[in-house]
Amino acid sequence: MNVKELTDKLELTICSGEQGLTHEIKGGYISDLLSDVMGNAKEGQVWITLQTHKNIMAIASLKEVAAIILVKSRKPEQDTAEVSNDEQIPILSTPLDTFEIAGRLYKLIGD
Amino acid sequence: MEFNFNIEGGNFSHAGAASSEVKKVLKQLNVDVSLIKRIVVALYEAEVNVVAHAYEGMMKVVLSSDFIEVTITDRGPGIPDISLAMKEGYSTASPQVREMGFGAGMGLPNIKKNCDKLEIVSKVNEGTTVKMTTFFS
Repeated sequence: MNVKELTDKLELTICSGEQGLTHEIKGGYISDLLSDVMGNAKEGQVWITLQTHKNIMAIASLKEVAAIILVKSRKPEQDTAEVSNDEQIPILSTPLDTFEIAGRLYKLIGD
Repeated sequence: MEFNFNIEGGNFSHAGAASSEVKKVLKQLNVDVSLIKRIVVALYEAEVNVVAHAYEGMMKVVLSSDFIEVTITDRGPGIPDISLAMKEGYSTASPQVREMGFGAGMGLPNIKKNCDKLEIVSKVNEGTTVKMTTFFS
């Protein structure tokens, strides 16, 4: 499944990085601790977080995640969105909380 | 081959910039992808440590046919007890830094896991030097 299909199925709002909607999704990772994501997330995963500041994009880019999902209707800060566009890594948003969106994501792509 | 990058202390909006530059260089040089992935984790953590704790720093990358050696030197408060700093979960980061999702005490352990050899030399009130080496074979 790619990011665009995921966006449609989970009714996510596309905040930025639209050019990366074709990225294939290879799994998911959830954490708000940046070092945890840095140390453990894998390329191609969707990262669910509530952090919205620019540093999430440094992590997303270095780890080459497929996309970021922000929970509880959070939106990226302006400079975060700009890097998301430059790096072509989509930032998506959901009104759901982490538990609910993780469950739905797992149903779609978990085993 | 040798490359040098500056790291600005306290400026979180640029945290990761030096690591990103090194990653680009390594990709261009066709360094093994799985190796780049490990190195990048260690680089980023070391860079963020300078941003979060020091005033300024420098990242020096030496690349040979057998290994990559990265030395991060900063001017800063130094680490009084290195073995304590190496403990997972131990952090001296400020509340503001923690709110951003940093300061979980995972940085140095992450560096150790993602390089083959790690040397840390620190002098309180002067600064810290972190040297990490990763072998290609």
